Amino acid sequence: MSEFDHDHDEGRGVSRRRVLECMTWAGTGVLWTISGGVPRSLGLVGSAQAAAPAGLTFLQISDSHIGFDKPANPNAIGTLEEAINKIKSMPAKPSFMIHTGDITHLSKASEFDNAERIISQAKLDVHYVPGEHDFIDEEVRLYRERYGRGTKGVGWYSFDANGVHFIGLVNVVNLKAGGLGNLGTEQLEWLEDDLKGRSKSTPIVVFAHIPLWTVYPTWGWGTEDGARALDYLKGFGSVTVLNGHIHQVMQKVEGNVTFHTARSTAFPQPAPGTAPSPGPMKVADGKLRGLLGVASINFKPGDQRLAIIDTPLQG
Amino acid sequence: MMMSVTLRSLDVRSLGIRLAVAAAILLQLGGAHAHAEETNVMIDNFTFEPAQLTVKVGTTVTWKNRDDIPHIVVSAGKFRSKALDTDDSYSFTFTAAGDYKYFCSLHPHMTGMIKVE
Repeated sequence: MSEFDHDHDEGRGVSRRRVLECMTWAGTGVLWTISGGVPRSLGLVGSAQAAAPAGLTFLQISDSHIGFDKPANPNAIGTLEEAINKIKSMPAKPSFMIHTGDITHLSKASEFDNAERIISQAKLDVHYVPGEHDFIDEEVRLYRERYGRGTKGVGWYSFDANGVHFIGLVNVVNLKAGGLGNLGTEQLEWLEDDLKGRSKSTPIVVFAHIPLWTVYPTWGWGTEDGARALDYLKGFGSVTVLNGHIHQVMQKVEGNVTFHTARSTAFPQPAPGTAPSPGPMKVADGKLRGLLGVASINFKPGDQRLAIIDTPLQG
Repeated sequence: MMMSVTLRSLDVRSLGIRLAVAAAILLQLGGAHAHAEETNVMIDNFTFEPAQLTVKVGTTVTWKNRDDIPHIVVSAGKFRSKALDTDDSYSFTFTAAGDYKYFCSLHPHMTGMIKVE
């Protein structure tokens, strides 16, 4: 570990920093930029500074739940449109987007179509991973027909961009009674193989729907075999894990690994244990958009020792 | 029958009521053989209520989803609902005795059991 303790020793090279700033933004997601191999947040998308970032910039959106029309947000289509409009108006165009699942609410063809129609207006490549809501059509084929091309198993894959290795995982199938999210042996073996021989200085970004770390098992917020995946990531200088599913921002930093969950574009969910269930949280109309996206916590720029943060980030 | 009619009572109205009650109970008992029993499991707040239920062979159990989130009721190898949206329900008739553990395949921390006797 000691070699990673010199975060700001300029002689060490940026790729060993474990600095990650993160700010979220009203309406959809987190804008990430990777400069010298380290993911850093650019801050609020809606107010992104004009200064164009060097390196790679990408965006994360999550949990659009197209088809949801319950009191917590009767217009999930509208809030996704608002999110995409903000992305379109960004002064610095990101290189691509990732969507961390629950694109739809009920895996209906019309829901996938609406999501695609809206998200495509951002005119960005989008790398998807499925949420459990994207796999509930009778034949479990609509997601895979649309987004499964070129993926392994039920939809996992990896790709490289600007020297960063991105890994999209699926932890929403074959869930076991009483358990949490699940990657499964086949996917874990693929992951081990995918990382084999890769330089430890390669920055890694892993994204999946359900948090890979255990957020709150009582509500199923975690991944049963997530620790095995993280074992394979040990030794890499910079690992960033991006998830959705819990419809709120949480972050923790553990050694060289930063875990982050993004807000939903559709509806908020309660902080762990603060409600009888993790179901959609109805708030006053005027507060909804704030909960869908207002930045709740940020790490100060240059903060080198990021504490492990297990508490929910309040909006 | 516990419902022995006390003929000592001279209150005709009372007797009539007692006979009616007895008849109703007999009807109900007879119905148990003629018609399958039905019972419900409510899904509220990501919980099956009751989480454990004991029923007789032939009973039809209906799960009703009252959450704003879909659930899927699954007993491995035994039964599986489609995705139940808000206010959707799913019924299964238990024709064999046994313990049927089940869960929600979308939210696997939700578990329940039907004991069929």
